[in-house]
Amino acid sequence: MSSGLTTDKLQYPANWRRRHLLDLESLSAEELETLLDVAERLKHLTDGGRRTLPLLTGRTLANLFFENSTRTRNSFSLAARRLGAGTVEFSPSGSSTAKGETIIDTAKTIEAMGVDWVVVRHRVPGTPHLLSRQLDCSVLSAGDGAHEHPTQGLLDILTIKQHRGRIAGLTVALVGDIAHSRTARSNLWGLKKLGAHVIVCGPATLVSRDWERLGIEVCYDLDSILPRCDVLNLLRIQFERQAARPFPSVHEYALLYAMTAERMGRSKPDILIMAPGPINRGVEITPEVADGPHSVILHQVTNGILVRMAALWLLAGPGDSPK
Amino acid sequence: MLLIEGGRLIDPRGPLDRVARLLVTDGRIKAIDPSDGDLPPDIVRIDARDRLVVPGLIDLGTELREPGREEDETIQTGCAAAVAGGYTTILCAANTDPPIDTPAAVEFVRQKAARADRCRVHVIACASKGREGNQLAEIGLLVEAGAVAFSDAPRPMANSALLKLALEYCRMFDRPIFDRPEVPELAGSGVMHQGYISLILGLPGLPAEAEDLAVARDLRLIEATGGRLHVGPVSTMGSIDLLRRAKSRGIRVTASLCPQSLALGDEELRSFDSSYKVLPPLRSIKHREAATEAILDGTIDCFVSGHTPRAQEKKLADLLEAPFGMISLETSLALVCTHLIRSGRMSWLQAIERMSTKPAEIAGISGGSLAPGAPADLAIIDPDCRWVVTPDQMRSRSINTPLLERELYGRVTHTIVGGSIKYRL
Repeated sequence: MSSGLTTDKLQYPANWRRRHLLDLESLSAEELETLLDVAERLKHLTDGGRRTLPLLTGRTLANLFFENSTRTRNSFSLAARRLGAGTVEFSPSGSSTAKGETIIDTAKTIEAMGVDWVVVRHRVPGTPHLLSRQLDCSVLSAGDGAHEHPTQGLLDILTIKQHRGRIAGLTVALVGDIAHSRTARSNLWGLKKLGAHVIVCGPATLVSRDWERLGIEVCYDLDSILPRCDVLNLLRIQFERQAARPFPSVHEYALLYAMTAERMGRSKPDILIMAPGPINRGVEITPEVADGPHSVILHQVTNGILVRMAALWLLAGPGDSPK
Repeated sequence: MLLIEGGRLIDPRGPLDRVARLLVTDGRIKAIDPSDGDLPPDIVRIDARDRLVVPGLIDLGTELREPGREEDETIQTGCAAAVAGGYTTILCAANTDPPIDTPAAVEFVRQKAARADRCRVHVIACASKGREGNQLAEIGLLVEAGAVAFSDAPRPMANSALLKLALEYCRMFDRPIFDRPEVPELAGSGVMHQGYISLILGLPGLPAEAEDLAVARDLRLIEATGGRLHVGPVSTMGSIDLLRRAKSRGIRVTASLCPQSLALGDEELRSFDSSYKVLPPLRSIKHREAATEAILDGTIDCFVSGHTPRAQEKKLADLLEAPFGMISLETSLALVCTHLIRSGRMSWLQAIERMSTKPAEIAGISGGSLAPGAPADLAIIDPDCRWVVTPDQMRSRSINTPLLERELYGRVTHTIVGGSIKYRL
């Protein structure tokens, strides 16, 4: 697709219209490509995300995190600062939500302080969507319950693309707790739109057959799919979101689904191992695999800053494209 | 004395469906097509040309919230909403605070309703003490105080042993138990229909089988006890299938559903708007089609409004925390008209049977007919009136309805209770 971008300069794509980034389900393949392209350009222009590129000085990002987060929150803050923007932090313990204020009231108050983007994480699906209808500034989802985590999906896809040069035609397996994973949902929407073959794999209690309605392969036997997977994305078991434990023991889960050195031996020689983190070492992945040569877990972290810079810049509108 | 002229009279019990004059004297229906000689000169005439004149609607499940939850609704506002929707009789649910489990509580509601002086209000009292599902409420005393049915709704009768006792005990008084069918362990903390939509939205689901299993158990307990049980509102293909087979085997069961269960689907939750968070949950299309079939073929006997007022600040809570429910007294008839009658799937005769005649039979109360001698509880309907639901029109104290800003057809222009006009559009 032609996003209007040249190698050295960053030109605001004429066809970009969105003001919010709430999920990947509603994005077109073209919009996804634009986000990935901008992230890739920013990588070159900022020396891999290490240098500042002051495209958005004077703007302010508000982090509104109702759930704990270290990496996503810091990643958004860093992304804003690398673009020259300021950041302001809100956390529920220190804010009025403890006093019974609704989240919409809280967000409107923050908006009234003159922020340009609100980044929201909340345990309830749809919270970013509700805010986007109430606020004039841009809303970015940093994860809403088990629904979506769009920037995580984007950074995973960017990581795959950097290592493989493409997404279309690849076989990508999302392994583990699909039911409670917002990362899984954002990945599978993004990957499907860009033409990958997606497999969801895990215990039957956490992997619904209804995913087949999206053209996604549903599988309960990791070993049977290993030889044909180009990428494995190992999702964290979300113990905190499960009402009743959907499998008998962590031990049994690890035997069936943990990525071990032995399983690596039966995989494609160039398989990519990803994990959105924080990982439960010894549950989804053994330390030698997590730290091994196929693991791109730390690339994912770097790419997180780049896709968030790309999203902030695109959502800010064309007024701030460099002269 | 009232003379309603020019209207199309609809009486499912006749059955009657023709244009005729209706004479009301002394709070009762006196005659259809009276001769002019019988009419006194000072009679009040109502012009009902191009309108329907029907027996007043009867609702088997309205939450009035008073005492204890007056921020949601009061008996006064709930009754005002009822007559605005064409209801002349409502059965109020026992989930007040304190719950209606004593004769004094029944008396309180009856007195407040009399003071409100809108529609008739009958009480569904608790089936269990404190609505806690452990011990039988004082059913005999409650019957004496005027309770017409017993239910822990919206809580399901989850304790099968208690339900069995209640069914057996109620046989002495020939009063029905109403059960909202749900197995709590399967329902869990679900907020919407469990299916493809809940899967992609990452929202906890209420599986259809949570309802199916409860209906299966209810049917078996009716057989075992010979008690009277009404299940509802139902919403799933599975429970409808069970009801159809049970009825064909002669099991005495009645069932109801909400108009919104037919008109709205789980797709609506894509908006993440808590006004769509209702019980039973808005289901997927296959369940809605099965439910539509069932209300048409009589497997499901009647409609119930499912009127569940909740104060705005409660509904503003997030989707997981916000309470279930929507107000519906003022929109049920229009939803049936818009969704089923205008599409040609249901006749007015069938609709009024399912909103008035059948509910009266199930509750064992008068009403549901235009027969001379019956109480003059009537609604006059403009079937072609197009209107948009707005908060300021709602007489309910709450405005929690997903139908706001939607266009509906069919509107009540007059509601007459015991021969006096209690509502006029």
